[in-house]
Amino acid sequence: MITESSNNQLEDMSNALPSSQWNHHNVLDLDNFSHTEITTVLSLADRMREILDRRIPRVPALRGYTIVNLFFEPSTRTRASFELAGKMLGADVISVSASTSSVQKGESLIDTVRTLRAMRADAIIIRHEMAGAPYLAASHTDASIINAGDGAHAHPTQALLDLYTMQRHVGDLKNKKVVMVGDIAHSRVARSDIWGLAKMGAHVVLCGPPTLLPRGLGIAERPEHAKNALPFVQIETDIDNALEDAHVVMALRLQSERQENGLLPSLREYAENYQVTSSRLVKAKSDYLLMHPGPKNEGIEIASDVARGDRSIIEEQVTNGVAVRMALLYLLSGRVEPAQIGERTIV
Amino acid sequence: MNKPNDYNLNYQEETLLDAAGIGRTLTRLAHEIVESNSGIENLVLIGIQTRGTTLADRIGTAIGHFEGVAPQIGYLDVTMHRDDFDRDGLRGTPMPTELPSIESKTVVLIDDVLYTGRTVRAAMDALNDYGRPQQIRLAVLIDRGHRELPIRADMVGKNIPTSRNDTVRLNLQEHDGNDAAFVRYGGPSK
Amino acid sequence: MSTLAIHNGRVIDPALGWDGIADVVIVDGKIARVGPNEGDMVVEADRIDATGLIVSPGFIDLQTHLREPGFKHQETINSGTLAAARGGFTTVCAMPGTIPPMDSRSAVESVLREAEESALIRVLPIGCITVGRNGERLAPAGELKSSGVVALTDDGKAVADPNLMRHALQYSTQFNIPIAQHPEDPSLVKGGQMHEGWVATRLGLRGRPASGEATMVARDIALAELTGAHLHVCNISTASSVGLIRAAKERSVNITTSVTPHHLNLTHESVAFNDSYEQINYRTNAKVEPPLREEEDIQSLVDALADGVIDAIASDHSPVSAMEKDIEFDLATPGISSIETAFALSMNLVHQGHLDISTLIHRMTIGPVKAWNLDRQEGCNGLGTLMPGAVGDVAIIDPNLEWTVNSELFASLGKNTPLNGRVLKGLVMKTIFSGEIVNDSTKEQTNASE
Repeated sequence: MITESSNNQLEDMSNALPSSQWNHHNVLDLDNFSHTEITTVLSLADRMREILDRRIPRVPALRGYTIVNLFFEPSTRTRASFELAGKMLGADVISVSASTSSVQKGESLIDTVRTLRAMRADAIIIRHEMAGAPYLAASHTDASIINAGDGAHAHPTQALLDLYTMQRHVGDLKNKKVVMVGDIAHSRVARSDIWGLAKMGAHVVLCGPPTLLPRGLGIAERPEHAKNALPFVQIETDIDNALEDAHVVMALRLQSERQENGLLPSLREYAENYQVTSSRLVKAKSDYLLMHPGPKNEGIEIASDVARGDRSIIEEQVTNGVAVRMALLYLLSGRVEPAQIGERTIV
Repeated sequence: MNKPNDYNLNYQEETLLDAAGIGRTLTRLAHEIVESNSGIENLVLIGIQTRGTTLADRIGTAIGHFEGVAPQIGYLDVTMHRDDFDRDGLRGTPMPTELPSIESKTVVLIDDVLYTGRTVRAAMDALNDYGRPQQIRLAVLIDRGHRELPIRADMVGKNIPTSRNDTVRLNLQEHDGNDAAFVRYGGPSK
Repeated sequence: MSTLAIHNGRVIDPALGWDGIADVVIVDGKIARVGPNEGDMVVEADRIDATGLIVSPGFIDLQTHLREPGFKHQETINSGTLAAARGGFTTVCAMPGTIPPMDSRSAVESVLREAEESALIRVLPIGCITVGRNGERLAPAGELKSSGVVALTDDGKAVADPNLMRHALQYSTQFNIPIAQHPEDPSLVKGGQMHEGWVATRLGLRGRPASGEATMVARDIALAELTGAHLHVCNISTASSVGLIRAAKERSVNITTSVTPHHLNLTHESVAFNDSYEQINYRTNAKVEPPLREEEDIQSLVDALADGVIDAIASDHSPVSAMEKDIEFDLATPGISSIETAFALSMNLVHQGHLDISTLIHRMTIGPVKAWNLDRQEGCNGLGTLMPGAVGDVAIIDPNLEWTVNSELFASLGKNTPLNGRVLKGLVMKTIFSGEIVNDSTKEQTNASE
């Protein structure tokens, strides 16, 4: 399999863990993934991409394994990506659309998760509009929980596919400048990417208007807890400074509610100051990569020509998403010591 | 290959083949493969990861020497087609699969040790996802018996009767630094 | 005539400046005599041996949610007062956020009637500032005062309209009744689930900035100065609030303030981490309003408690049912069931050397009494002291006993505490109300660690 980074492939594999030593029962965020564990997922994703490229892209590895997509927030791409990932590994996959109004009907998140487990679901993939929902689920069931996005907190599988995509093109991410532009404060993708990129040694820059940058990115008050805060990142409100010599530029979606909630005067003003355009990208490295987690608002956070330009690898991110999710499902499906239920340990 | 029986402290080890022995056996297998196919036309050697691939490379090189042209070679990983849970359901680490076209070809699967036959079954399942060969044959360096499925090798380097407690190991230069095949007799186990 | 003699304890009465070994004699529900050997001179009495223990006036809590009527799944007057007694409290001020809220004579009287039936200790009602706690119209302060309320508050909601707050303060001056405000500006803290800081960012939760409290404290101080009313600032949580109140007191503004034991000891880290910091979690039992803040806020609060800028420790006991906590963090009801651990958690400050025990007891006895002039209420003679003639309310304390918090053993119906599993040092062994023992921890041992 020849890719731009075939050398890096071999290097990665030697750092990766054997699949039988995979130790995470859940995938809630990348904050508790080591560099080696991330490498393990990414090198396995290479194998999974091979499967996707076969004439019959299906293996029976997860035969008899039941996966439930429990989505409280609508989603086309992430849900489809997980469904296909499971099916390509031969698992049984169903998708359940829930809504938080079902809470009012008396069926809480915990009830739903326990019910699904009683139906022998092995893995439950949860997307929820409130931060922490997958953690709540994980402490009430021994099914594997994968976080497909919880409020503004985390989206670990997106971060992994972003890292995988970046590595396929630029190789080792150590010291590479990765710039995220947009509504960072409300972005779970940004947070998980920050963790992942920090573990891989990248230099992360966040850029956006001050009202859309998260507070509390400073170091924790006591130095011994600095590691418990988000990793160190560089903050920039000037997009030209941010983009200078960037290896990777990631535009994040700007939602129109931000203007309604008084965080921005108008989308037009945002676009004037922060839209990722080809003229601004001149400052980036000549072989920069252009990424976006989708769905994109062309003309707002990103110019159309840039989104569809030849540095854009947005569609490849989508393919890689299936491969990365296959890798995670494969690792999770192996038997590991079940995590202790309750507040104490969620692995 | 089985894991060694950790509880058995009284084992005997016997070398089945030394480096020279392995070399000769591989050469013979190479000739047998070509002979049974009446040449190298339409022939594809597919080594099963991880040591089978090394053997396929060596056999292919040998064929190249005496036929003047080498056959096509591929590597096949079967981790995701396994049906056995002798590792207690723990996941094996998938290795790369790189295959030339197998459509209507004569595929010779190559593996180091034939034991229960489940690896070969998985390999045939995996091949199904790539195309439809005209024929599939099996060549192994060592057949140690104890089949659990109706599978037999067409070409065998060496037949070794073993008991289930025994462990058969193959060292190869490319993986282990030397070439040797040996059996560790299980004896009474706890 | 019924007599109770408590022998040989270390009697600490900060109001009278007492600290020494003495006996306390209670006759017919009132303190009769305090002094060395007083107990021996009584011929017939029930006796308690308090050797090695501290004897103090029973604690007074300015802020207890008894939740009845209306929220009996969270607490009742009976369970709440039992919990208070376990915590060493003999008087609690009942918060008015009930259903119906205590914004009328009939609502107050119905609470008092129920308390008569089922309360184990003294219950003093608090009335609402506005009708229905809606922040729109003033509730009838005069009517409420004459029904027996000791203060007015909208219980967990700030009166947001400054002009209405001004009127509330101004109107209250004729009745000499404190207006107790929970100071968080709703517009600044809207949607916030915890303190705005690095932990909120890490957890992806919207935060409530510290200045949401400071802006309202500053506003209310200015209004108190304008009107000359008695403003009580409830459960302050930030260093900036401390600074504002300190300056206001120096200007002799008629202002008092209280702080909770959890705001004195726990930071916003408690929301995400247990002791090991290994893994984040979303600990709804640490979700409270105002939220738990940062180390520097705690230091400032502790200093202010020690030097008297903060008048009282008030538990803000807020029991919540499991169903309301064991859900998504955003949906969880805020509150900590705090009254049973209030003293022990506060003792932490004494053990760490920030506070001496006499000051701590002051802030839980005569401090709150003087803040709201509670000793002028009917039946509250000498409240918060052990002077002869005072109510016979006493707490007997072992300051060094180590015990492990187990919320399953709480008398409160609310098991919502972030302290579960934590070892605390200091326990109220017996609580005496009007000469009767209402709590005996030596019998129902709360998991003392061996």
